Amino acid sequence: MKTSFILGAVTVAGLTAGAAFAGTLDDVKARGKLNCGVSTGVPGFAEPDANGVWQGFDVAVCRAVAAAVLNDSDAIEFVPTTGKTRFTALASGEIDMLARNTTWTFSRDVDLKFEFVGVNYYDGQGFMAKADLGVSSATELDGATVCIQTGTTTELNLADFFRSNNMSYEAVPVETGSEAVTNYMAGACDVFTTDRSALAARRANMENPNEHVVLPEIVSKEPLGPLVRHGDNNWGDVVRWTLNALITAEELGVTAANVAEMAKGTKIPEMNRLLGSEGNLGEMLGLDADWAHRAIAVSGNYGEIFENNIGASTIIGLARGVNAKWTDGGLIYSPPFR
Amino acid sequence: MSDNRNSFVRHEMLSERAPPVGERGVLKWARENLFSSVFNTIMTIVSVWVIYSIAVGVAPWFFNGVWNAETTRECYEILDGVNGACFAVLRERFPQLIYGFTYPSSEYWRPNLATVLLLVALAPVLFRRLPKGLLVFTVIYPFLAYWLIWGGSILIPTVAFVGCFIGVACYKKFSSGAFVTAITLSLISAYLCWFLGGYLISWNDAFLSLEIVPSRDMGGFMLNLLLGTIAVSLSIPLGIALALGRQSNMPIIKWICVVFIEFIRGVPLITLLFVANVILAFFFPPETSIDLILRVIIMMTFFNSAYIAEVVRGGLAALPSGQYEAANSLGLDYSQSMRFIILPQALKISIPGIVNVSVGMLKDTTLVSIISMFDLVGMIRGPILSSTDWNGVYWELFGAAAAIFFVVCFTVSKYSQWLERQLETGKH
Amino acid sequence: MSTSQISRRDNFQLSMLLNDKRYRSYTFQFFALIILICIMAYLGKNLLENLAAAGLNISYSFLGEASGYDINQRLIEYNSQSTHLRAAFVGVLNTLLVAFLGCIMATIFGVTAGILRLSNNWIVAKLMMIYVEIFRNVPVLIWILIIHSVFLTILPQPKAFRGENPEASMLWDAFAFTGRGIYIPKPVFYDGSLIVIATFILSIIGVFAFRNYSRKKLYDTGQLIETRWTSVVIFFVPTLLVYFVMGNPIGLEYPELKGFNFKGGIYARGSLISLWFALSIYTGAFIAEVVRAGIQSVNQGQSEAAGALGLRSNLVMNLVILPQALRVIVPPLISFYLNITKNSSLALAVGYMDITGTLGGITLNQTGRAIEAVLLLMLFYLVISLSISAIMNVYNRSIMLKER
Repeated sequence: MKTSFILGAVTVAGLTAGAAFAGTLDDVKARGKLNCGVSTGVPGFAEPDANGVWQGFDVAVCRAVAAAVLNDSDAIEFVPTTGKTRFTALASGEIDMLARNTTWTFSRDVDLKFEFVGVNYYDGQGFMAKADLGVSSATELDGATVCIQTGTTTELNLADFFRSNNMSYEAVPVETGSEAVTNYMAGACDVFTTDRSALAARRANMENPNEHVVLPEIVSKEPLGPLVRHGDNNWGDVVRWTLNALITAEELGVTAANVAEMAKGTKIPEMNRLLGSEGNLGEMLGLDADWAHRAIAVSGNYGEIFENNIGASTIIGLARGVNAKWTDGGLIYSPPFR
Repeated sequence: MSDNRNSFVRHEMLSERAPPVGERGVLKWARENLFSSVFNTIMTIVSVWVIYSIAVGVAPWFFNGVWNAETTRECYEILDGVNGACFAVLRERFPQLIYGFTYPSSEYWRPNLATVLLLVALAPVLFRRLPKGLLVFTVIYPFLAYWLIWGGSILIPTVAFVGCFIGVACYKKFSSGAFVTAITLSLISAYLCWFLGGYLISWNDAFLSLEIVPSRDMGGFMLNLLLGTIAVSLSIPLGIALALGRQSNMPIIKWICVVFIEFIRGVPLITLLFVANVILAFFFPPETSIDLILRVIIMMTFFNSAYIAEVVRGGLAALPSGQYEAANSLGLDYSQSMRFIILPQALKISIPGIVNVSVGMLKDTTLVSIISMFDLVGMIRGPILSSTDWNGVYWELFGAAAAIFFVVCFTVSKYSQWLERQLETGKH
Repeated sequence: MSTSQISRRDNFQLSMLLNDKRYRSYTFQFFALIILICIMAYLGKNLLENLAAAGLNISYSFLGEASGYDINQRLIEYNSQSTHLRAAFVGVLNTLLVAFLGCIMATIFGVTAGILRLSNNWIVAKLMMIYVEIFRNVPVLIWILIIHSVFLTILPQPKAFRGENPEASMLWDAFAFTGRGIYIPKPVFYDGSLIVIATFILSIIGVFAFRNYSRKKLYDTGQLIETRWTSVVIFFVPTLLVYFVMGNPIGLEYPELKGFNFKGGIYARGSLISLWFALSIYTGAFIAEVVRAGIQSVNQGQSEAAGALGLRSNLVMNLVILPQALRVIVPPLISFYLNITKNSSLALAVGYMDITGTLGGITLNQTGRAIEAVLLLMLFYLVISLSISAIMNVYNRSIMLKER
């Protein structure tokens, strides 16, 4: 029953996002929508397609969480954020989780009071240069002009890298990734630096990808992952274990195609616990037993999401590399479902 | 008469001789307007050269433009090395540029209709020759536009309108008595109406319901127009109040208004948008978090009202003091003298200024792209420029954005100039 | 009579606070103050609660920490080990630089276009009208973006200067116009350059003294002394003499293509130039309208009277019309200068590192101190705005004093 008309009208207009600090899980359920912060457009990771539907590797995490919590992978409000707005959007409660290739660092975790729930992509900062520049290593870049997206850790890494190698450089700071590419293509800078995954994505998008080389140096560690606010451990658990469910699903061989069948019960105890035919893990999270089943059913397990969005078969063409599952010698590893 | 016989007097006029070649037609015009002095001749040649070089640079690019293609690569293939634009991006992304990329495409008629009705609603305000009866529609319009753009049951705007109507009616009825009583009574009656209406709405919230579109889903030029219109219409009453407050002889009121106006005018809009984006949420109670679009509207309204206040203050100052004295000598109190004597005249002088400020506001709505809202510019800088299909298309998009803004703003500023001329002739 | 007045004053009733005009304004103000305080307290309470809930606090200690990032254009010594406060200062100076340059250029554009719009040359007047209308009616952000990309694409990149048969070459081997910015020669001062500079300053003073003398002579005796050529001689000859006598103590450092970029000389970055140009051409269009209105506001009779006195048309403009038009032009001009300063905050669209880019951009992002940084940013702009309008008001008053 509406007691106050004004509030009612405002709610209808979608102008209030409801409670922000109480319990995020309850808020999301009450609202029936997950507010998920994404970037304003990085090919393969998060970008709206021609119909305005958000697609990508980071978006898939949002969709999995929405499916697990709300039983609807489309019940998401995608909130585009820039490097500047992302943390305040999360801190002020405008978004429930941030899935926007954000680097897990000490100060963001501790000082900015966020909780990184895991790593969904192990990245490192690299450089891309035009092939005809004749540069084969980042250590030859003394005096170069570098295009860089502001508001990210790449700025600090860049300053550190050039200082430690005793080189000088000229930074061309740019607001968005696509403008950085525009600048780079126009020749306003010699090299473009950002995470290597994004470099690969941008390079794949260029008219003649072969005219550009990604230099071999990796100048930083960039563990990218979704994050939530500090202090709401329940919600943090939901997002963390949804991500882990996707990773575990790959380990156990659960795919979007066979998840329905597997959920009926198998001989593997961990799979049964994961998919809810055994134990009550979902209930412990505050969800129902089928949560992981739904999360996996949206766009498959971690491996499938990777392959479909940024993998070797896509235009982005990233190899699994360190992002292979641990049994294949990679770093992608989930704690057990027990 | 007989004397005249010796002398010859021509009886009919000679036909006029044509002026010398240099004194007529194109040549005269050209000599007077283009080559009247050495300096002028140089200027003419330079201007012609400027026009020529711009035309030579732009014309092939424009006329070779490709309108039918799916991607940039296809565009380049069709152009086949010829210098030409790729206007196909405008064609393919047109709905995104105008409505943003999440507004449901089946509902595009709603903002379209709202825009057309906006013109109808504005007409009686803008052109004073039109019958005053049309103002009724202007009063209804905000509620109608809300229903059209955001959707939901028509009961919500209806109840809101009825509440406002009853409140105003109540005030009118009791305004002969004490001011405080009238205001209190009208507020109470309006609130009662809304309160009861709330029950009505919850009883049947699907009545004449349009699909609900949350404000997050609005974008493109529609968002610019929406923000501009709402901010301008809210800021006019606020601006008038601020201007009156600044002129008031009550020191506390005066200083509150002065500090507010000077503060807002002293900082760039972008910092206010940062406030809307990153700070304002911290000032609302923890249970509610108000949507970004509403926070932006609040800040833009504040921003615009400070500028409008200064324009209105200019209008108030321009009135001869005799008008104030005449009002006082008639025994009118403050609110009466303002309502019947001062404001009608002051606002009449200020309208061109208010229109200019409002055009500025509409242009400034593009700044929301910096705080990651997808207005026309944000749409271009964000999703479209970074999309895989339309890589490297830049001029066409920004050119189109500039053209859209130019058409709207130019029309409005022409109106303001026309109005200024109208007012000038009215004065003499 | 007097008793009744006294008794009325004595019989102060509470209802008079509402109904008596003398007291009602106090009541009204009192309530306004109470409401204001309540709103402030409410917002403050919310802020504290929200901060506590998010585990944050308000602290400006981040200003003393090392910033960790580099800034390309720095007018003072700065590196990534400097503090955030110093980064903010670098940004402040960059803002002031672009605002200062923008004001000068916008005035030039605006005055030129405003006068030319009234020119009796039809094509020039129309061209200026088109300029004014096009630039006034499109948002400045779009202009900044468009002009930045024009700059980027039209000018050749340093690569084009390289090789045996370069596509582009430097102008007189001294100026390089590249898409990354413009390089111009930089003066280098050797021993003895101080004397040359001193001579130069002295000759400027000399020119003014000479002009004063000739004017005084003209007023006192009616004798007209030729000033133009004498001034030129006083201006150039002593400085040049000293310059050669001292053995060329001031040299020029020319930009040279070294490695990836040009080195040496003065480097005006592309972001500075495009922002500067965009702001000035945009504001220039507004100034042009003000200048036109100012000139038109001067009564036609004034120019006719001046013409009747035998003044030539440029003298009519300089001596009669402009001084009177200035009174109309200057007040709006001040607000346009303020607008340039405020609009320079759009620098972040082209990556120019002004105060919004350093303090309100990278520092805010890296430290996450949004509230503190934005408040400091607003304070800065407020101080700048208020001081510019204060300075300009003083100037304005000095012009207005001449009015009768």
